[in-house]
Amino acid sequence: MKYPKNGRFGVFGGAFVPETLVPLLEELEEAYKKFKDDDGFKEELRYYLREYAGRPTPLYYAQNLSKRFGCKIYLKREDLLHGGAHKINNTLAQALLAKKMKKKRIIAETGAGQHGVATAMASAALGLECEIYMGLKDTERQKLNVFRMKLLGANVHEVSSGSQTLKDAINEALRDWISNVKDTYYLIGSAVGPHPYPLMVREFQSVIGKEIKKEVELDSNDALIACVGGGSNAIGTFYPFIDSNVKMYGVEAGGEGIESNKHSASLSAGSLGILHGMLTYLLQDEHGQIMDTHSISAGLDYPGVGPEHAYLKEIGRVKYVNVNDQEAVEAFLLLAKYEGILPALESAHALAYATKIAKKHKKIVVTLSGRGDKDVGIIEEYMMKHGIKDS
Amino acid sequence: MVSRIVNLFETKAKHILIGYTVAGYPSLKGSMDVIKAMVNGGVDMLEIGIPFSDPIADGPTIQRASHTALNNGMTPTLALELCENVRKEFDIPLSIMTYSNIPYRIGYDKFVKRAYEAGVDGLIIPDLDLEEAPKLKELLSKNDMNIILLVSPNTSKERIKVISNIATGFIYLVSVYGTTGARKTFEDYTRDAIVKVKRYSKLPLAVGFGISNTEHVRFMLEAGADAVIVGSAFIDAIDKGNVEDFTKELKRACYS
Repeated sequence: MKYPKNGRFGVFGGAFVPETLVPLLEELEEAYKKFKDDDGFKEELRYYLREYAGRPTPLYYAQNLSKRFGCKIYLKREDLLHGGAHKINNTLAQALLAKKMKKKRIIAETGAGQHGVATAMASAALGLECEIYMGLKDTERQKLNVFRMKLLGANVHEVSSGSQTLKDAINEALRDWISNVKDTYYLIGSAVGPHPYPLMVREFQSVIGKEIKKEVELDSNDALIACVGGGSNAIGTFYPFIDSNVKMYGVEAGGEGIESNKHSASLSAGSLGILHGMLTYLLQDEHGQIMDTHSISAGLDYPGVGPEHAYLKEIGRVKYVNVNDQEAVEAFLLLAKYEGILPALESAHALAYATKIAKKHKKIVVTLSGRGDKDVGIIEEYMMKHGIKDS
Repeated sequence: MVSRIVNLFETKAKHILIGYTVAGYPSLKGSMDVIKAMVNGGVDMLEIGIPFSDPIADGPTIQRASHTALNNGMTPTLALELCENVRKEFDIPLSIMTYSNIPYRIGYDKFVKRAYEAGVDGLIIPDLDLEEAPKLKELLSKNDMNIILLVSPNTSKERIKVISNIATGFIYLVSVYGTTGARKTFEDYTRDAIVKVKRYSKLPLAVGFGISNTEHVRFMLEAGADAVIVGSAFIDAIDKGNVEDFTKELKRACYS
């Protein structure tokens, strides 16, 4: 899968958008094609990734966990990036592209606030205006990130329509873009949305997998594991290995369990449908209405998934599994105790799955997509509620 | 056979009023009363919206109406039953407006078949990927139903030509850069867009989004539109309880 034909990965993807957005997406694709191979653009992006974001990130050999699970476990430390997550890889690249396109105003959606913060950072660094849409429920759950965005100069809009979460924030960002066609760049935060976003975000996040390739040798005995919400850190980890024989696992949020219906596992338990401009797996009811989702990790709490993941599932190249809230919390505590690292709850899902399949592999690389400082309050609450003492 | 929609544009061009309402708003039973009031007031064509949980082309008014309708228990099946009941009472052209996921989830062929059986004449999908349009067109055409496609003020003339070669019935021009919802005034670019679409498309032209009073109706028709589509303003009229009078007022403007 090099360049998707008609914006589709197999049957997945496409551009199911109001007609007003079609010329804007075409303009974006043209600019992307022009600049992705432009030496000046690439050099500038490398500069910002290195000097501003802190790339390359280390691949840390987690020796204590490795000893415990009888398998070499490596952690790709995206959590060490500026802002504390892999999101900055994409926001710097797209903000730079926006600047080349002479757009002055950046809009973005955010769920937990990580993409909002990373967008606000990139916008401030590159001198662009920044407007962030965030569901009202999320602004209440993630007050700290709202304040961080404001400090970084972003204007935060609370979205009170629908379920007041990430999916509604994307709806509202799309509506903003439809209304501001001249000067606005929509900086989408995951490998989702209409073509060319899933492709672009994959390319900009592939720096993760490219670095892993240089940092460790992997073969058919080994595995890559990453969490999947929209799926940007996962596709960035997997894509450079697509043509190899390394095993790959995408870990979705099983929430309170698939059977409880309170989860966000669209690949594991969803059905085909169309949302946010793309044809993909969705959590929806029999009538085609999008359902409310649940995960302890706000970053995975999304009823859809990037179309390329739907394709990789279909062709069987990546195995998609899910891990529930409890397992994720246990993995969080485990990494904190044995390696001294607080992972984002999103990444803790990937780690939890690694501990389950460690015996089957020689080496496992887990992408630690973000750091967990933002989640300590949620962890504390969970431990109190479930009577878990200090680990 | 010629569809009711094609027939309408052949007989009444330049004076056509199309009224939109959300199935299930203000209540499951109340929709029929709204539609009766619209027809009695003089709409020439009905556009019935099947509500979707994530209506990205809609502004606050229709978002709220859709949300209420879904909470009232509206489903695509019930919406098509409503169409069937409308068809029993009126011989008026009738189109469904809904988002891609609704027919996709049910299955295009099954959805079109049910719509046909309910007496629906056309389908409007504001977030349709043009790649999908030929498939839908084939299914619709078999049943003498129309596929009504949208264009926007920023659609290139080349694309207008492509779209109007696929579309049947009429072209739906989105009047403004923005979502649905009442507006105070329209700018010159809307007038320019009407002229552009009329020039590059051979189909009749209906203009919608933001049209909420008699002045707007006259603006669009004077600029060259064959029909105006009024949506959010009807939702407001439902809330005020004056749907029939409001329709009459708009209809008078179509002939002034």
